[in-house]
This record gives sequence, structure tokens and C-alpha cells, in this order.
Amino acid sequence: MIRGRAWKYGDNVNTDVLFPGKYTYTAKGRDEIASHALEDLDPDFASNVGVGDVIVGGRNFGCGSSREQAATCLVYNGVSAVIAESFARIFYRNAINNGLLAIVCPEAAQAIQGQEYVSVDLEGRVIECASGRFAFPPLSATVQEILEAGGLVEQVKRRLASARSAS
Amino acid sequence: MGKHSTTQKTVSEADSGGKEAQTFAQKALARAAGCETVEVGEVVDVRPDVVLSHDNTAAIREIWQQFGLEQVVIPEKLAITLDHAVPAPTTRHAQNHAEIREFVQEQGIRHFFEVGRGICHQVLSEEALVLPGQTILGADSHTPHFGWLGAFGAGIGRSEVAALWATGELWLRVPESIRIVLEGELPKGVTAKDFALRIIGDWGADGGLYSSVEFSGSGVGALSIDSRMALANMMAEFGAKSSYIPPDGETRSYLKSALERRETREKDAGTVEDRSPGIAESQLFPDEGAMYGAIYSYNADDLEPTVSCPHTVDNVAPLSAVAGTVVQQAFIGTCTNGRLEDLAEAAEMVQGRQVAAGTRLLVIPASSLVLQEALERGYIQALVAAGAAIGTPGCGPCMGNHMGVPATGEVTISSANRNFRGRMGTTEAEIYLASSAVVAASAVAGRIADPRDIL
Ligand code: SF4
Repeated sequence: MIRGRAWKYGDNVNTDVLFPGKYTYTAKGRDEIASHALEDLDPDFASNVGVGDVIVGGRNFGCGSSREQAATCLVYNGVSAVIAESFARIFYRNAINNGLLAIVCPEAAQAIQGQEYVSVDLEGRVIECASGRFAFPPLSATVQEILEAGGLVEQVKRRLASARSAS
Repeated sequence: MGKHSTTQKTVSEADSGGKEAQTFAQKALARAAGCETVEVGEVVDVRPDVVLSHDNTAAIREIWQQFGLEQVVIPEKLAITLDHAVPAPTTRHAQNHAEIREFVQEQGIRHFFEVGRGICHQVLSEEALVLPGQTILGADSHTPHFGWLGAFGAGIGRSEVAALWATGELWLRVPESIRIVLEGELPKGVTAKDFALRIIGDWGADGGLYSSVEFSGSGVGALSIDSRMALANMMAEFGAKSSYIPPDGETRSYLKSALERRETREKDAGTVEDRSPGIAESQLFPDEGAMYGAIYSYNADDLEPTVSCPHTVDNVAPLSAVAGTVVQQAFIGTCTNGRLEDLAEAAEMVQGRQVAAGTRLLVIPASSLVLQEALERGYIQALVAAGAAIGTPGCGPCMGNHMGVPATGEVTISSANRNFRGRMGTTEAEIYLASSAVVAASAVAGRIADPRDIL
């Protein structure tokens, strides 16, 4: 069960506001990457976000660049999930690949108010906030497998290990 | 009104053996996955023909090192360019480049392109490293660019590239497809960029979300190769996973001379490699009657110069609505519009004129080849004579790294693809997107201007 405060933003939250392009080839390490999260959209975010908090967005969340820091900067700040009406595809993959839950649930994304507490029951596939409970569709088997492994890198490590022991 | 939306689904009938007709995306991913056919929505493990990375290669290497492998399993498929922050603006950027060179050396990566060669999508196109019907996955969101030649190109993240280096394969979901038809020939002063901005304006920045955007029609066939690249490239801003323009005689002859150029160079260097399958043999075309989630039809005569206003790409307006807006910077370049055709339009516009006082014009050719040809044809001379600053082939200030970032409060008109708030470095700047002709006209006028009024 995930429970955290909601940080709510609108439609088309793009990768440049999630993690500015000027840092993409030089920022290194969790702390430096975490410190620039949402810098150009909500300068208060990085210093106030708490472990387990949830980001809520509108349509096309994460559009723009393929930069993976747009997802990892959230992970490094302790964000547990992003709930949106829809996701841009590369951001969605980057989130899942880094163990960040990305849930498509337009009803919840609209209902949740900024700064209220939200809980996500992954097994029951339900999001709960002050105004109600919202069901979300199952994640694909591929996505589940990656999340269960703890991200893509861990999944690939497992695969390589089992290929090695088979040969 | 040129917009006709028909959200119609065409189901196949009399195709071979009663098999359902396939879109381009289905055919390309079936080939890459080694299957006979694939269904829309199905998740398949694909083995791409080319894996692209750029200045992010050092960061990918760091992820890859966690796998504890000595060797990349597909070194011949890697293509690496230094383009995003070149020449290195700071010591940290230089360090990043140095790590990439070390990796290239240690892994024996053949397709490595140094600082100054140009932007990844342009360079790989000029080198014919991707052929029709092939699949390229790139750690860059504009990888749908390769739709210009009828290849399947999709952007992926850094961890995914690392996974490909380690295993050679990656999962992809077979996307739904949208068909966009353009009939007729673009009027003078109207470009493929205007068409792309019109599409994005009509259907929104997420109008093509997750889809394979497959073009057809006489108007697309009439586009030059440079224009096809601009159109396919811009589909990244439409949310598309990939794009597709049917290859034709022009595509094949472009690729043929590109391959010859590469062969000559490699022969000189003694590094000739086996040629991939023939250009014509590898082409793929969607079946007649394939299923499309939507079909959008446009008539070229109805299109006009179009501008994307701050701060989202789908905030489009006809040029006439924003003409007169004062600009401090005009930028021609990027993987969308930094090609020979763009420089030709710009040179024609500034010929015998000067960049307006209070405005600066920055021109960054997309590649060294573009720069060379522009020199041979006198375009660069004309631009410099008019007061333009010329930059090293590469991404320039497109993503706010260096070399032409605006000051706070300034307005830039740019031939790039993104105008997100903060894209060029500061959130306190405004970016308008347009064709190179409009950018050049605006540089001369000192305000957003219609090229047709100046010529
Ligand atoms: S020119 Fe701009 S959009 Fe194109 S690859 Fe470079 S940074 Fe990305």
C-alpha cells in the first residue's frame, strides 16, 4: 500500500520542467539529480516533497525528451507513484524501468486535490482520496515483471544470470 | 477547410489467405521480432538493426557497467554521435565526451561521429546507417525521424539502451496507427514544417500519442527528402511512437549515394564492411485496407505558414496572427530544420539585405555535410554577409545547453521543434517555432514576418 501527499500539476507536464535540459549531461549522483526535480515548474517541490508522496498530472504527462532523469529525479526524491490522465510513452517506460509506478486513471487524476493524502492499493487496483475510490486497469504482464524485479536493470541482471547458469 | 477527420477503421478483405491487412508498424515490428505477423497491442521482444545514443552514452555506460559484462553484444549496431553540447562548453561536458571516446575505443565502435560531424538523426541519415524497413531504437526522443525513409524509429530511455547493449533485444508494444493523407503540392512559402505544425495544432500535442503515424498521398510524395525529414521528425511532438513515409525513387537514390559516399570513405580507411540488405529489397509498405485508428486528410492548397506560440507546440496560429511580434533572436538549425534546404531558404531571404538592428541571426547547420554544401553553393557567405553568426554543426542552443541561449525576457523565433517553457535555458524567455523561411524573414524584419512579403 502506498500512501503520500499529492503534488498536482496540469496537462503536458514536459520533461524540460521535470528536469531541465541544461543539466542532462553533467548532473551526477542521486542528490544532484534529485535537487533539480521540477525546478522550472514548482521550485518548492524538491525541498518539500516527502518519501512516499505521489505526483498527479493531467494529459500527456512527461512529454518531450527521452531523458531518464525526468523519472529518476522523482524516484530519488522518494516519490512512489505518478497518477495521470495519460502518459507520453518514453516517460512511461522510463518510470516503470526505474521502479516508479505510473498509473493511468483519468478519474482519480481529476478528483485528487493538491496536497491531500492519497493511497494506492496496487493489488486491489484502487486509488483512494477524499472525494472517493477509483479503480484503475491492470498493468501489462511485461510491466509487472519489470516492477517486480525492481526495475529494468535488475530484470536484465536476472535474465543474464539465468542465461549464464543455463549454459 | 482542409481538415477532414474520419475516425474510420478499415478492415481488410481479400488479402492473401484471408490474413488481416497489416500497417507498416505491424510489418516492421514483426520483422524486428522475427515473427510472421504481430497484432496491435501485442508486446514483442525486438532486435533493432541500429541502436543510437549521443552525449548520453557515458551515462548509459554507467548503467551498463552494472551488468558486469566486458563486451557490448552488438557493437556493430551501435551508432554514437557527439552532438548535444559540442564543442564542449564546460570542463564537465568535456569530461563527458572523454568518457564516451574511451568507451568507443574499448568496445571498437565503428560508427562513431566526432564533435562537428552533426546531429545524430541527420548524420545517421547521411550515412545511410538505417535502411527502409529496418528498426532503429535511440536514446533520443526524435528517433521517429527515420520514418522519412520508411524505417521504424522509436525513442527509448538510457536504461533501455544499456539493456540492448547487454542483450540485443528490448520489449515493444505494437502500436495502433494513424494515417495522415496529404494531397496536392504545397503553395510557395509553405513548407513541411507548416504542415506538421498544422497537424499538431489540429489534434493536440498528444494527438498521435503512442501511435505509428503513417503518411500517404501525392503531397507527401512531392516533398523533397529534406522536407520529409522535417515532417517525420516533428511527429515526436505529436506524441507519436514512430512515423512512416513510403519510400520511393527519391528515397532510394538518396540512400544509394549516401552508401556510395560511405563506401568510398571506408575503402580509403580500409574498413569496408558487409553491406546490409539491398535498399529496394528491404522496403515495407502498409497493406491496402490495413486498420487505422484514425485517418486525417489534408489538401496542400489549404495550408499556410504556421507558427507555434509560447509555451506549447500545439499553441499554433497562422503566421498572420502573430506577424509583427518583435524578436531579439532568430535561430535556424536543429534536427528538424537545419538542412541544406533550410539554409537555401534563409540565404535567399537575406540576399542583399541585413539582419535588423536589435535582432541577431544564429545559423547552425545540422551536419558538416550540410555546412560543406552550403559553402559550395554560397549560402553561408550570403548569411554571413547579412550579419548571421554561424555555429558548429550540432544541436546548438536547442535544449538550452549553450551557444545561443536567450537572456531573460527575450523572444526567440526558432526553426526547432520544442518551445516548452525553459527549453532554451531560462523560463523567462519566449520561443516561437516556425519554418526556416519565416525565421529568416523575421531576422531581416526584426519582428515575426511573412517570407512572401519580403521576396
Ligand atoms: S537538435 Fe534539438 S531536438 Fe534535435 S536531437 Fe538535438 S537537442 Fe534534440
